[in-house]
Amino acid sequence: MTINNVWVFAQGSNATVSSFTAELLTKARDLTDNVSAFVAGDGAALAESLGKFGAKKVYSTGDLGGRLAGVAAASAMAALISGGEKPDLILFPQNYDGRDTIARLSVKLGVTVLTNSVDIAVVGSEVVATTPIFGGNVLFATAFTGAGPHLASFRPKSFAAQESGGGAAEVVAVAVPDAGATGAAKVTAVHVEETSGPKLDEANVVVAGGRGLGESQNFAMVEELSKLLHGAPGASRAIVDAGWVPYSYQVGQTGKVVKPSVYIAAGISGATQHMVGMKGSKNIIAINKDKEAPIFAVADLGIVGDVHKVLPKLIEALKSRG
Amino acid sequence: MKVMKIVVCVKQIPDPAAPGSLDPSTNALKRDGKLILDDSDAYGVEMALQLVTAAGGGEVSIVSMAPNGETSGMRTALAMGAVRGVLVSDPALAGSDALTTARVLAAAVQKVGMPDLVIAATESTDGYTGTVPAQMAEVLGLPSVTFAKKVKVEGGVLKIDRQTEDGYDEVECPLPALVSVTAGVVEPRYPSFKGIMDAKKKEVITVTASDLGITPVGWSGAGQKVSSVTQAEARQAGQVIEDDGEAFNKIVAFLETLKVI
Ligand SMILES: Cc1cc2nc3c(=O)[nH]c(=O)nc-3n(C[C@H](O)[C@H](O)[C@H](O)COP(=O)(O)OP(=O)(O)OC[C@H]3O[C@@H](n4cnc5c(N)ncnc54)[C@H](O)[C@@H]3O)c2cc1C
Ligand SMILES: Cc1cc2nc3c(=O)[nH]c(=O)nc-3n(C[C@H](O)[C@H](O)[C@H](O)COP(=O)(O)OP(=O)(O)OC[C@H]3O[C@@H](n4cnc5c(N)ncnc54)[C@H](O)[C@@H]3O)c2cc1C
Repeated sequence: MTINNVWVFAQGSNATVSSFTAELLTKARDLTDNVSAFVAGDGAALAESLGKFGAKKVYSTGDLGGRLAGVAAASAMAALISGGEKPDLILFPQNYDGRDTIARLSVKLGVTVLTNSVDIAVVGSEVVATTPIFGGNVLFATAFTGAGPHLASFRPKSFAAQESGGGAAEVVAVAVPDAGATGAAKVTAVHVEETSGPKLDEANVVVAGGRGLGESQNFAMVEELSKLLHGAPGASRAIVDAGWVPYSYQVGQTGKVVKPSVYIAAGISGATQHMVGMKGSKNIIAINKDKEAPIFAVADLGIVGDVHKVLPKLIEALKSRG
Repeated sequence: MKVMKIVVCVKQIPDPAAPGSLDPSTNALKRDGKLILDDSDAYGVEMALQLVTAAGGGEVSIVSMAPNGETSGMRTALAMGAVRGVLVSDPALAGSDALTTARVLAAAVQKVGMPDLVIAATESTDGYTGTVPAQMAEVLGLPSVTFAKKVKVEGGVLKIDRQTEDGYDEVECPLPALVSVTAGVVEPRYPSFKGIMDAKKKEVITVTASDLGITPVGWSGAGQKVSSVTQAEARQAGQVIEDDGEAFNKIVAFLETLKVI
């Protein structure tokens, strides 16, 4: 099949698309010139930024007034499609609202979903998505067999975002149909966690801590080291679940995917679900007291040692350099 | 207070500690050994039990779709305190995609009887598409709140803290509804000895997909097929050294060569 029309479920804030959206738009342009964005929110505010990454058109629902994006976006997309729009392929981010939307839309259209993909291509007569499994050791290529629109969701950082130099996308306002009972959930308050320093998924250096730190107050060492290296602190899920740090610190399959120049893992065992989030880092340094820890299999420099001894000395050494 | 009826989806999966393997003829994940309760679903079961207690009455049922009539994972959930279960087990279901799974589980929920609340995990440990809960909600015509990290019911309305990219949202939702919960939402209890003994006697009804009126299922219903499986390039391990008290210098030197400092 040929791909002549691709939509991207797009997100952004402050008139700028998210890096995830920029990545997906870049991939969409590989497949066709005819790329449109769908925004569950104020798409007009993003039109210029979307155009920069190659979207020709943006379908915009406008402010959702507290409705959850998933149901609203899926209903609006389904209405566009039953009204005659014919996307061959819709690309979604594998994140909160992306997942809700692709799931709801798949039921409305009666089509399958390919999730957690890292690539997509037309191979012969088929559209094939690639997904890593078993922590990335095996690559699975899966083809859509039914009729379109084909729905696929992607892991963050699967593609390197590149601007196309395009002008602002044409804004097409779309109505959100009444979703009845399914649309009954409402957001009543929004809480944003304040962070300073670079964002975890954009930082050049990430220092991540795990259960090997022993106690929550020892995470301060991770924070101090990351500050000295102008990086961002990260965490394994074990210590997020334990409540030591907020979820936004989590690296891995169910957290953030990071690809910094340097990733320092302190007291992290290297479970496959953690490694899928950091294996793409350019350089990995691991400190773990167990020389059999799986993290050492991906480390460029592995220190078999106690984080309570190595980290304080490392911090002192960096401080004394000024 | 109103009595709460809750159905929890519990997936039974191969032990995640054992290395996974693929069936060479179908390229599907092998599921022929003993299956256990997906850890992610222990949170849902616990959440449901706590909500029923808070409501002052009600009951927790479970639904599962698994091959070979497998119930070991369901017994764990029953031992925690769920009262009954419906298992959908059918060789024809092998190779089902997430959409088919959602349709089957939605039908299983209806077989139990429409509850006030359906609970699932945000994603399973072995397949982790993370789409089944919202797909089920759409099939059942229910609102859904995914990624719930705090759940309570006040005056018949769900009040949920839903995780977001940079914090969380407070969300309100009327019942009936579906909620997917994150790990850590509550601390799952360990089944007591009495719970384990009682669980053996609790009712688990086993049905096929066609008993539930769902066709086509399995590979034929999936709308997708595996076209190739290849080994990814492995990352090479570098230098591993024992800390002799001076290993921090190695890190400093490495950071210098990388021009990070
Ligand atoms: C569906 C699913 C999704 C998941 N998603 C994620 C995810 O996104 N991110 C994630 O991280 N995990 C995820 N996990 C959890 C993952 O499987 C692991 O449980 C988790 O990563 C372990 O965290 P940890 O390495 O901190 O803890 P542990 O595995 O307990 O490891 C602690 C390590 O510290 C070492 N250690 C102990 N003391 C010291 C010391 N004094 N000095 C040095 N080293 C020491 C130990 O040798 C050990 O290797 C997921 C799991 C599931 C089932
Ligand atoms: C590595 C891998 C990748 C896959 N990728 C895809 C894909 O991209 N698209 C696709 O359509 N299918 C895919 N599948 C198949 C898919 O896993 C199955 O269809 C599965 O039955 C449901 O999906 P899930 O486990 O991913 O559900 P998720 O949506 O991750 O599950 C969320 C929650 O729903 C509930 N739940 C899910 N399944 C069951 C069950 N059988 N019984 C009880 N409760 C359940 C649980 O509470 C679970 O935690 C994949 C399978 C594997 C092994």
